[in-house]
Amino acid sequence: MRQAFRTPLGRAAATLLGLVALGVLFAPLIWGAAAEAVDTDDILAKPSSAHLLGTDSLGRDLFARTLVATRLTVALALGATGVAVALGLVLGTAPVLLGRHVRRLAAAFVNIAVAFPGLLLALFFATIFGVGAKGAVFAIGLAGAPTMARLILTLVAGVEARDFVVAARIAGLGRVRVLLRHVLPNIAEPLIVQTTIGAGNVLLSFAGLSFLGLGVQPPGYDWGRLMNEGLNRIYINPLAALAPGIAVVVAGLAFNLTGETLAAALRVSTGLGAFPAHDPDSVAPSSSSATLDDATGPDAVLRVRDLTVAFGAAQPVKGVSFEVAAGEAVGIVGESGAGKSLTGLAIAQLVEPPGQVGGEVVFLGGELSLGAHRKLLGTSMALVFQDPMSAFNPARRMGEQLAELGRAHLTLGRRAAFARAVDRLEAVRIPDAARRAKQHPHQFSGGMRQRAMIGLGLMGTPALMIADEPTTALDVTVQRQVLDLIDEVRRDHGAALVLISHDVSVVAERCSRLLVMYAGRVVEELPAGRLGRAAHPYTRLLLAAVPNLETDLDRPLAVIPGRQPAPTETIVGCAFARWCPRAGERCRQERPELSAVGAAVGGRVACWRPGQDPLEPASVGADGADEAAAA
Amino acid sequence: MAEVVLVQGAAPARTPRVAGRWPRFILRRGARLVVSLWVLVTAAFLMIHLVPGDPVRAALGLTASPETVAATRAALGLDEPLLTQYWDHIRGLFTGDLGVSITTRLPVAATLGARLAATATLAVAAFAVAVVVAIPIGAAVAVATRRGRRRHLEAAFAGTSVVIAAIPDFLIGVLLVAVFSVALHWLPVAGMAGVSSLILPVAALAAGPAAVLARITRVEMLSVLEADFVRTARAKRLSAVRINLGHALPNAVTATLTLAGLLLGSMVAGTVLVENVFAWPGLGSQIVGAIAAKDYPLVQGVVLVYGLGVLLINTLVDCVLAVLDPRSTIAEA
Repeated sequence: MRQAFRTPLGRAAATLLGLVALGVLFAPLIWGAAAEAVDTDDILAKPSSAHLLGTDSLGRDLFARTLVATRLTVALALGATGVAVALGLVLGTAPVLLGRHVRRLAAAFVNIAVAFPGLLLALFFATIFGVGAKGAVFAIGLAGAPTMARLILTLVAGVEARDFVVAARIAGLGRVRVLLRHVLPNIAEPLIVQTTIGAGNVLLSFAGLSFLGLGVQPPGYDWGRLMNEGLNRIYINPLAALAPGIAVVVAGLAFNLTGETLAAALRVSTGLGAFPAHDPDSVAPSSSSATLDDATGPDAVLRVRDLTVAFGAAQPVKGVSFEVAAGEAVGIVGESGAGKSLTGLAIAQLVEPPGQVGGEVVFLGGELSLGAHRKLLGTSMALVFQDPMSAFNPARRMGEQLAELGRAHLTLGRRAAFARAVDRLEAVRIPDAARRAKQHPHQFSGGMRQRAMIGLGLMGTPALMIADEPTTALDVTVQRQVLDLIDEVRRDHGAALVLISHDVSVVAERCSRLLVMYAGRVVEELPAGRLGRAAHPYTRLLLAAVPNLETDLDRPLAVIPGRQPAPTETIVGCAFARWCPRAGERCRQERPELSAVGAAVGGRVACWRPGQDPLEPASVGADGADEAAAA
Repeated sequence: MAEVVLVQGAAPARTPRVAGRWPRFILRRGARLVVSLWVLVTAAFLMIHLVPGDPVRAALGLTASPETVAATRAALGLDEPLLTQYWDHIRGLFTGDLGVSITTRLPVAATLGARLAATATLAVAAFAVAVVVAIPIGAAVAVATRRGRRRHLEAAFAGTSVVIAAIPDFLIGVLLVAVFSVALHWLPVAGMAGVSSLILPVAALAAGPAAVLARITRVEMLSVLEADFVRTARAKRLSAVRINLGHALPNAVTATLTLAGLLLGSMVAGTVLVENVFAWPGLGSQIVGAIAAKDYPLVQGVVLVYGLGVLLINTLVDCVLAVLDPRSTIAEA
């Protein structure tokens, strides 16, 4: 709580609230006499050194009157707030005492009442209660009650659903006790916050009512009344109306800001950083990793060299190099946080500032930069993302969203683009495509949306499709259809595929080559047919963690030991050394590069101690185990 | 997105045809409007009966003769049984008869009709100005400050909008008068005479809502800019203008317009204060005088007109939103 009042917001709130409190407590004592002193020789004076804000029609000092009015203004505002909160509590907690039917009735009534603006309600009640300060307190209090009641209804409903209240009910605790012991204490904090903010708004409303001449009546005066009197003389003395107005704003802000500060203080726990920690490791600038055979095949669709992605000090991708031949399917596997998705986004030139991408991405023979290759990227690189539910603009028709690409890059007219969109939707087997194209995304199922996403990629002539966890969000039955469709696209259009997934079995089934990523680097690359010959200890553990038909179900499932280093961590040596059963001194000192040494035929591995020996728990080195325990 | 998933599951089961959603939405919304109208009409009717003591005596003052009081009471129908009065009240509404003013003896409906246009002009103009000013500013600031760019601009925008939104409209009105009328003599202080007299009242009424709307637009726009479908739009390699204006803004505007609709209701009420600052000859200056004079039939009439206006606006906003964002209709149904 103290912390909260040390923020700039908190300081401002405390200062303003302090000023208002001083005015309430001391102004009438100090300036009370001056505010009432009639001086008929000096009426309606302009501001001067004797009267800072001038005088009113009886020659009374307006500066003194403005300060003295603090007490009455604040008192009336608090009174009206009290009425609003009391009534709000009655309406809002009635359902707890009287049951479910009352809740529906109360909610319906409150919903109708809040539809009318507060000022309108206040005028309505002011008519009934009559003009004057007391009537205005009730009028504004009643006008504020529906808003309060709705807030309390919501809060109460939230608390009532919680386990301890349900348990108390089942235990036979009476309704009054449930309300007093369990419900009220749990809504107290948000209620105090809202009451404080509400008091600020009530103060402004009250000023409005008095300003209209319907609130405080002479000889009494609050700030609203002073403004009312000042407005008539605005040509002679604008300050007479403005000064009480400023006081109203200051006091209103004092309550509002205090409320906001309290609100901030009561949910301090959520210290959300500006950026979700992606993962990978060291801050060290990525020295060139894999030395690729520079003989880039002329048919390579994509060549990635030393790709890095950094967000400030965090470097989730630390130097990834690989290439993809025309029509080839390459899988990237790894745990979440290995940097797979960011690698895909970086290749597609979709990493946004403050993310920084380094390295080289050559696509169809040209090095990419977004500005220059927009059209090429738009028509030749197809992307499929993880969550098809959110990948389309909910406000626009499906067909339009596909057609848009045709209009932007294929110079098609509106009709032609739409016709091609329908054709493409047919190509990805959306039934009744012409009708479906006119529907909105929410009318498509998840699987259909994912197919539409693939259809979007087919608007052009894709040479490469990057699919990032394309089936993770889908039903198992739909997964296969979508993967089959991707295969088909690859066959029919000769497009290459980069399939990113955490699911090794999916990737192994669909791709000819696998890249295994760990902590922002590729640790092993191997043909899909040779998974059994994987040489990196991490790859072997990853494969062992996938249950298959031969898994002995009586034994505990294998798990990958340890956790990946955070993207901000500086790592010397191999990132996996800490957890690796085979790690030795060199592994901790020096980072291994990808090389064919020790790798499966046609593969490469970044490991000082590659091999296919079984990694039984017994083989875990003593030092490795110690480190694991220490971490 | 969870909501969408739910909808996916629920929609086909309950609504075999896509068009099936609309009748239900209209039915629901219509029922709510009718109930709200009934509450409004009944509250307005009960108002005069809830006044403590004798309302007619209070309106006419202590000096009025008992005969005058009795005659006025009979003219207002207050000597009839309550249910009869209620029936007459409702029947009067359908025939445009809102009773007769106690003070002027003129029909309330005619008195209000003349002033309704002035108030409507003010409210509609202020609403249009607020939306037209706020949405481009909020969206532009969002694009300029997304992902922590230009922090100074963000701070300046946040500070300015918070301060403007914290000042009540009638105070902004007084401030504007002090600056543009009293000090600079650019614009008239008060009254209704041509476009120049409209500028200050509209500005006073629009400033606060515009600040709130601009902030909401910025927040909405920022979150939309991070949405997956914007990434899809970027993957389509559309131009920045198309992405921001074609894809992001329409989705950000839905929430902004929802709020704008709610603000429009309170802007209609805000006209009461602003009209009194500028002596604008609308309903707002009428109701204040009527309340002070205890002219209950007149107050009743103004309350009905304002309340009706707010209810119709809310309904209209809901319908517009249903068209703009088809999901909201499903969500409600």
